[in-house]
Amino acid sequence: MSSRSEEDVLAAIERRRRRPHVKLMDRHVTLSHGAGGKSSHVLTETLFMPELRNPMLEALTDSALLQPNGSGPRLAFTTDSFVVKPLFFPGGDIGELAINGTVNDLAMAGARPLALSAGFIIEEGFPTEALRAIAASLGAAASAAGVAVAAADTKVVERGKGDGVYLNTSGVGVVEHDLVLSPTRVAPGDRVIVSGTIGDHGMAIMIARGELELEVDLQSDTAALHELAAAVVTAAGPHLRCLRDPTRGGLATVLNEFVVAADVGIVLDEVAVPVRPEVDGACEILGIDPLYVANEGKLVAVVAPDAADATLAALRAHPLGAEAAIVGEVRADPPGMVVLETSFGGSRVVDMLAGDPLPRIC
Amino acid sequence: MRFVDEFRSGDVARRVAGEIAALVEPGRTYKIMEVCGGHTHAIYKHGVEDLLPPEIELVHGPGCPVCVIPMGRQDDALAIARRPEVIFTTFGDMMRVPSSQGSLLDAKAHGADVRMVYSPLDALRIARENPDREVVFFAIGFETTTPSTALTLLRAQKEGIRNFSVFANHVTIIPAIRAILDSPDLRLSGFIGPGHVSTVIGTRPYRFIAADYGLPIAVSGFEPLDVLQGVYMVMKQLAEGRSEVENQYTRVVRDEGNVLALKAIAQTMELRTTFEWRGLGFISQSALKLREEFAEFDAEVRYALPAVRVADPKACQCGEVLKGVIKPWECKVFGTACTPDRPIGTCMVSSEGACAAYYNYGRLARRAGREATPA
Repeated sequence: MSSRSEEDVLAAIERRRRRPHVKLMDRHVTLSHGAGGKSSHVLTETLFMPELRNPMLEALTDSALLQPNGSGPRLAFTTDSFVVKPLFFPGGDIGELAINGTVNDLAMAGARPLALSAGFIIEEGFPTEALRAIAASLGAAASAAGVAVAAADTKVVERGKGDGVYLNTSGVGVVEHDLVLSPTRVAPGDRVIVSGTIGDHGMAIMIARGELELEVDLQSDTAALHELAAAVVTAAGPHLRCLRDPTRGGLATVLNEFVVAADVGIVLDEVAVPVRPEVDGACEILGIDPLYVANEGKLVAVVAPDAADATLAALRAHPLGAEAAIVGEVRADPPGMVVLETSFGGSRVVDMLAGDPLPRIC
Repeated sequence: MRFVDEFRSGDVARRVAGEIAALVEPGRTYKIMEVCGGHTHAIYKHGVEDLLPPEIELVHGPGCPVCVIPMGRQDDALAIARRPEVIFTTFGDMMRVPSSQGSLLDAKAHGADVRMVYSPLDALRIARENPDREVVFFAIGFETTTPSTALTLLRAQKEGIRNFSVFANHVTIIPAIRAILDSPDLRLSGFIGPGHVSTVIGTRPYRFIAADYGLPIAVSGFEPLDVLQGVYMVMKQLAEGRSEVENQYTRVVRDEGNVLALKAIAQTMELRTTFEWRGLGFISQSALKLREEFAEFDAEVRYALPAVRVADPKACQCGEVLKGVIKPWECKVFGTACTPDRPIGTCMVSSEGACAAYYNYGRLARRAGREATPA
């Protein structure tokens, strides 16, 4: 048996955890690589980054920022693919999701969305009525967000080679302020604010798949967040450190990205994190932690303590942020870690998602 | 959330914690084993240890059903899953358990039809919907999950479903507890007894712990307050010099257990002469197989399996962890070569495994002031 102390072991694990990944150990892609957690990060860092490396991509932010002539307003540029199943779910469908997802990626860079592209990959045999419905909701969501779908493409693959419809959207936006939003700016004392209840989208999709035989009235929260993000930028101004929409991997994954980027710790207050009772209940039954469940209409803002109240008020003044809450605080220790103070009076680590959020079996 | 928040109240927890601290005799230390992986998970998830005095150590036991499946059985599962005619169904946790040839998730990536289900009845439904395929259910678990497998078998028989079979790996908790008690490595003060297993088997089977080994046991529920109260009940027995089987989980557990569930198990399954447990080795009469009347539903009869005993990777110390002999962090590969996203041993796979629970939730230097287990 080793004679190392627990502290030594924990320190060694931390060093290892924060070491950049250099080699992809997997010989095949598994679903874990698409779950937005650790495996996704490893795939990006070890396979894509070495081939594509450049300063814009390296930031690994929701949008790349471009300044074509080295001066003037910055442009935000992003892309996202949508493979959601089922295509239609309570609270939305793949069309609305594809617009909102890309609008939000631009909004989290502090940009005003200008134009989007839409690329359809359709499986042979797919009903045109359903395709019309998706196109209609794509159009409606784009109008609602005030963006044009300025370019589009259609491809059809043989029956059995796709799952109905896959959609890709890319987007361009313009940054109309001088703020630098980056998780590296997160500092001890800062407050962590979420714009509303977490886990609604992921849980709505799981329920909509109908595999669970749970009857829960739950809607996806898919929404365009550009107005909400703009309100935060105005309210917090230079006190705003960064914005992020916690999609795949949920709130936990986003906060873990922050603590690693800024080499700080975040202490979350379990009682303060807003979770709908329906989501809480379904998660409890399935053994899933709502902190890891995807959102499509929520943002996380980290702001300096002086701006916390104003930011919270600005969020709550918007219908999409009515249930906003301050959920945590940035501390110097423990660096690189998110710690949850439980309602029970204990504390625990909240790590990055490993694999799919698979349910416990008993 | 109603019926849950009541059992997670911080105020009540502080009060119970105070009463536990008052029961500690000066100069004495206590090792209380929670047998069930569900308890281990709850302890770490809610930070229960933060509320206990340093004299009380919670030792994690063998009751994680994913953790105790030996590698040879996982190899057998892969052999079935890879057959082109088979739809292999399993609980989520088993997907990531490594065999000597990768996990079921890897097999799926290579083309095997592996599907995650939440109940064996889901597997039976898949069989009904795919009459041209063979559907196999990878049955694991203690007495908690055995009845649902038993009921599924009875239904399959009644409906005459021919393309469904079960790869049975159900284990029983009592022989494992006895093996722990007979192990010279560990000196325990008492047990937190498994709650859900006891809903099925009742509290009577634990009497030997009190009678033959003189140790207290409190069968407990899975909310953090349940666990804390279980610790209190064990400590109270110790303070009063008693050793009895007590039931903290009275809202669910009856002394006689669930007679109907036990009957369904007895109808469909019988004890194996012996079964290999990861880390604990072969334990006689510690697992169940399908009865001969259900041979047509028995995947072990239907398919030729390698059925080879496969040694665990040398570096893996899951066995010691499962017996509570070492803490997860004392394992040589813990957190370095073996992590939840790249597990070597089963204890790092299941959320109920002590290593995964400690890695995911407990990796805080909060117990820095406490004595490390002597090397």
